[in-house]
Amino acid sequence: MGEHGNGDPKDSGAVIKAGEGESGKYAIDNPGLPPHRPRLADESEKVAKGAERVVSVLFLLSIIGTVVFFVGYFAIGQTEGDLQLLRVQNTLLGVGVAFAMLGIGLGVVHWAKTLMPDHEMVEDRKPLRKETEREEAETIINDVLDESQIKRRPLLRNTMIGAALLAPLPFIVTLRDLDRSEDFGVERMRHSMWDEGVHLVRDPSGTRIRASDLTVGTAMHVIPENLRTISSHGERLSEKAKAVTLVMRMNPEDIETVSEGRENWSHDGIIACSKVCTHVGCPVALYERHTHHLLCPCHQSTFDAANEFKVVFGPAGRPLPQLPITVDEEGYLIARSDFTEPVGPTYWERGNTDPEGDYAS
Amino acid sequence: MKALSQKRRHPFAGVALLLLGLLITGGLYSAATTINEAQASENADAYSDPDNIEEGERLFVANCATCHGINAEGTDAGPSLIGVGAASVDFQVGTGRMPMQMQGPQAQQKPAQFNDEQTMQLAAYVASLGAGPAVPDDEYLDVDQGDPARGGELFRINCAMCHNAAAAGGALTEGKYAPSLHGVEPRHVYAAMTTGPQNMPVFSDANLVPEDKRDIIAFLQTYESQGTPGGFSLGFLGPVSEGLFIWTGGLALLIASMVWLTSRSS
Repeated sequence: MGEHGNGDPKDSGAVIKAGEGESGKYAIDNPGLPPHRPRLADESEKVAKGAERVVSVLFLLSIIGTVVFFVGYFAIGQTEGDLQLLRVQNTLLGVGVAFAMLGIGLGVVHWAKTLMPDHEMVEDRKPLRKETEREEAETIINDVLDESQIKRRPLLRNTMIGAALLAPLPFIVTLRDLDRSEDFGVERMRHSMWDEGVHLVRDPSGTRIRASDLTVGTAMHVIPENLRTISSHGERLSEKAKAVTLVMRMNPEDIETVSEGRENWSHDGIIACSKVCTHVGCPVALYERHTHHLLCPCHQSTFDAANEFKVVFGPAGRPLPQLPITVDEEGYLIARSDFTEPVGPTYWERGNTDPEGDYAS
Repeated sequence: MKALSQKRRHPFAGVALLLLGLLITGGLYSAATTINEAQASENADAYSDPDNIEEGERLFVANCATCHGINAEGTDAGPSLIGVGAASVDFQVGTGRMPMQMQGPQAQQKPAQFNDEQTMQLAAYVASLGAGPAVPDDEYLDVDQGDPARGGELFRINCAMCHNAAAAGGALTEGKYAPSLHGVEPRHVYAAMTTGPQNMPVFSDANLVPEDKRDIIAFLQTYESQGTPGGFSLGFLGPVSEGLFIWTGGLALLIASMVWLTSRSS
């Protein structure tokens, strides 16, 4: 690969000594190009013929690849739920395209390396611009400034700047109005569908949950009952993304921390928390019933359900928001209110709502 | 024969034939259900048979009492088994997790140490100590009656976060892990949901009714039977194994082609 060993035993052409030539004692002269070495294909017509054959075989391979693709695409056609056939089709499509592209690429490179001329060329750097050219450009700009009279007539200049600043505003305003909901923008992230008296229902069946349905160690994935009142599918999904909640029941004596103001947030060992990780918003739902740990699968943030979901490991900055719950007179679980802080990761307008201020937002 | 062929054109011949057919089908059906019921009750009886309970107690004292206590009341080394139910024993012993090889983050699956009869006897003994989840009825293990599509939805909501969207399992905290569900027997999948072994949450019948569980099992079976239409699964681990593959295999390929591109032809 390297260019060493171009010399012979008597004269090592590659080694240069300082102080020889025109450039003084320590500098090294431009060593020039290493001596040109002809390739096998340059010297032997037989080798060149072989290289030609290799290149055409590679091109042929590309042709076969394209044919294989079309066999997969048209001959197999729609697989209609036959997964074994689908696998064969996927393989043919992938292998076909891969060989169609690789065959051309490898062929062209091999062609260039073995058969195309390989003589060394030196292309000199273009000379730098001269001072006179530079002055010429400067005069042109000054002429334009003078002739347009922009310096003499500041009114022209100021109105032009004003017009240029205002002209893009229509586009920005129309972009903003793509979102036509009432509470526009980041304020929507502050609230979810949970509210006082909203029933906790199973996802996806939408049935209400009695407190007695949850045995110790149970974890249940719930959504607010009023979610189904939203008719637009997209809107429902965005609201669901904020409201997804995990309900779990543990022994009431296992709950270690209940801070002031949260005494009535749980019901007989049943606690609920947002499933959206406070780090970057992955769904945290890997619940371990004995350690009471909730693990986020994306970056291994671990929350302790027995201590108000505080972070015990990982990059998350804040505990998971807890949903205050209670039961109605029929024994169904209901929310006491919305989450008391915005769910999910920190964002600029969120503000630091952590009461202790332990975690900078 | 002659009399029969003469009467076959009688106006009531069709009606008589229909009645006869209905009677035979109905009779066969009721006979079959009785046999089924007999089997089912036989199954339930086995767990309440005093002989089995006694035999189970002997097995328990010899093999399990060291950790779980002589009366299954639990010790520092193992939890109490009162009220865990027959399903729990059937799962833990049937999948080889118990007896435990060593203390660790969680019991690992290994070849079962007891045969089916001994497992049943152990389960019968533990079930006799206190009410708990029973071994599932065969009705709810019949995947042909399940709806795999619905099971898939339930699986993605309730199970996929730990067991992986392809049921290949995944890591939990501090060395614990959710095992792969490939090749696990339906009764063990069912029992795991009702009992919540190790750190798995309980999915009781109030959360996922038995039909839901059957749908989930049907989904798992269907999924396994489908193979991997997308090509190599690389362990179904998603970005982890795919990333490893592309960073080692893919980059090596790129470097090799770079070296080839810049090398001089001989």
